[in-house]
Amino acid sequence: MSATTAEGRKFRKTSLHSQRLWALWGSYAALAVFVVIFLVPPFYTVITSLKSSAEISAQSGSPWMVNHPTLENFWYLITYPNFQTYYLNSAMITVVTVAVSMTISVMAAFSLSRMGFWGSQTLSTGVFLTYLVPPSLLFIPLFQIVGWMGLINNIWCLALLYPTLAVPFCTWIMIGYFSSIPKELDEAALIDGASYVQILLKIFIPVAMPGIIAATIFAFTVAWGAFLYPLAYLYTSNQMVLTVGIISDLIRGDVFQWGKIMAACLLASLPPIVIYAFLMDYYVAGLTAGATKG
Amino acid sequence: MAEVSCRKVVKEYDGGVQAVKGIDLEIADHEFVVLVGPSGCGKSTTLRMIAGLEEITGGEIWIGGDVVNDVPPRDRDIAMVFQNYALYPHMSVFDNMAFGLKLRKFPKDEIKRRVDEAARILDIGVLLDRKPRALSGGQRQRVAMGRAIVRNPKVFLFDEPLSNLDAKLRVQMRTEIKKVHQTVKTTTVYVTHDQIEAMTLADRVVVMNHGIIEQVGTPAEVYHHPTSRFVAGFIGSPAMNFLPCHIDEAGGGGLMVRVNDAIKIKIPAERTARYTPFKGKEMVFGIRPEHLTQRKEEGRPGFEPVDMLVDVVEPMGMETMVHFFVDGAPVCARLDPATIAEPEKMLGLTADMNQMHIMEKETGKVV
Repeated sequence: MSATTAEGRKFRKTSLHSQRLWALWGSYAALAVFVVIFLVPPFYTVITSLKSSAEISAQSGSPWMVNHPTLENFWYLITYPNFQTYYLNSAMITVVTVAVSMTISVMAAFSLSRMGFWGSQTLSTGVFLTYLVPPSLLFIPLFQIVGWMGLINNIWCLALLYPTLAVPFCTWIMIGYFSSIPKELDEAALIDGASYVQILLKIFIPVAMPGIIAATIFAFTVAWGAFLYPLAYLYTSNQMVLTVGIISDLIRGDVFQWGKIMAACLLASLPPIVIYAFLMDYYVAGLTAGATKG
Repeated sequence: MAEVSCRKVVKEYDGGVQAVKGIDLEIADHEFVVLVGPSGCGKSTTLRMIAGLEEITGGEIWIGGDVVNDVPPRDRDIAMVFQNYALYPHMSVFDNMAFGLKLRKFPKDEIKRRVDEAARILDIGVLLDRKPRALSGGQRQRVAMGRAIVRNPKVFLFDEPLSNLDAKLRVQMRTEIKKVHQTVKTTTVYVTHDQIEAMTLADRVVVMNHGIIEQVGTPAEVYHHPTSRFVAGFIGSPAMNFLPCHIDEAGGGGLMVRVNDAIKIKIPAERTARYTPFKGKEMVFGIRPEHLTQRKEEGRPGFEPVDMLVDVVEPMGMETMVHFFVDGAPVCARLDPATIAEPEKMLGLTADMNQMHIMEKETGKVV
């Protein structure tokens, strides 16, 4: 009797172990597909950026290998005045967009989630619905508005336009974060003597920092990577940003300067990578632990 | 001077639901008043109206001689302890306690002195540098109390502060709260649904139900002299036994409670005049489980025999709960553990009729 039980136990254990093994193999297989799809293009970009134009256009050899690695593409771009202008323009517009978008969306989210005024629920839904309108539908009417304001081919029109893309989603993220902060926290602060502005600055912003970082990353990505609006509204190189500048400067007619294009892509990807790596360290989930009963 | 006074206070929510229906309550300076009642009785709403966290629909609230209906919470000079602590998670214990003082621009050394004093009273001096997430439930609740104490407010408001703690810690913190009140003597309004907390902490207990105050009195008053069937049933654990009955003549000018043909219990002579007007009417007889004892007190005035069929016996160590059914109504007796009681057998008990209550069937009013 006891022997049967022991065998039964052993059988079940083995079965569970093999099930787990299969699940692990499945996970690895799925991850491998993911890695191939997402990491091969950046790998190819790096490889191509290290090749000279001659090596790229050569018919012999594997395109996945570098035979004579060179940094000439990078050096060309770094010393190329137009590229410097694009980089500076992109950085400037991104900083302004992030600052404007976050200021508006944090304040909007606080009032929508906490002040409880008449119509705040409808407004919250409205904010999210605005986000669902595709930017490609908006750029024609926006072109007219920008034209009226005399800002066509003026880089500052982007500082006006990008927040329209970033604010709804950032506000939506922040409403979610602020709503997850227990109501008692602002009530305790109210009784402690804080005004609404003090509650926002001293309680909500520090407590909702993970949400603010998430929204900041989103606003940064929108401003840094936008292509359609700068393509539509800017046409001289002194006003251009990176995304459009790279294309218009490094593709001349039907000549694609692949090495320089790839190097420019890598240089343009640097700030997002640095920002993500830097902010992710501060992105500590569960910051509200201990505020209330957990 | 920090009396709190509610005068005809009404709270009506959108849709016409009245949570508080015109209550009157006077709380004296230094008094510890506990609002107790079942969920939805309006006790928390009342507290939040005193705090200024809920607007008042009607009536007046006075704190320290001033009407505060339109005064924001920060200007009411009150401090509140919440059920879920509501500590600021990104601040240390010291900063949590000092937050209110900093906002009021107190000098740094005064803030430190006050926080250290509160930490000493609550025995949390070693925790001052920690963040709330590094504290246990009991420690968090102490910090929440510390945050209230440092402000030295006119009134302390407690909103079910012990509900999130486990049973053992709850008893410990109950004693702490009482000790703190004995030390600082600030007027306190405390909300709980736990009648044991109410009885042990309060100078006066306010029993609320459906948005009205059923009774205000000392713990002994609400326990021994409830004014309504609700209060009689709510205060006391296990709850008071209620049996439908008639008041009948007992011969010799006396009266008796007739529950059914088998259970007829004599009413003490000194209560005859009080119950005579209700002779022949359908009433409700109420007696607490501890006033049904094993049969050994017979012969003393007011102690009457009663026999009932045992349903369930629950030995609890220091006492034994014996449950009966009388005409479908449950009856519980709290007996000495030495009592021999067996299910499905008759048990002879003594009812202490000096402690009984008679209530009107329709209104529930104790007569």
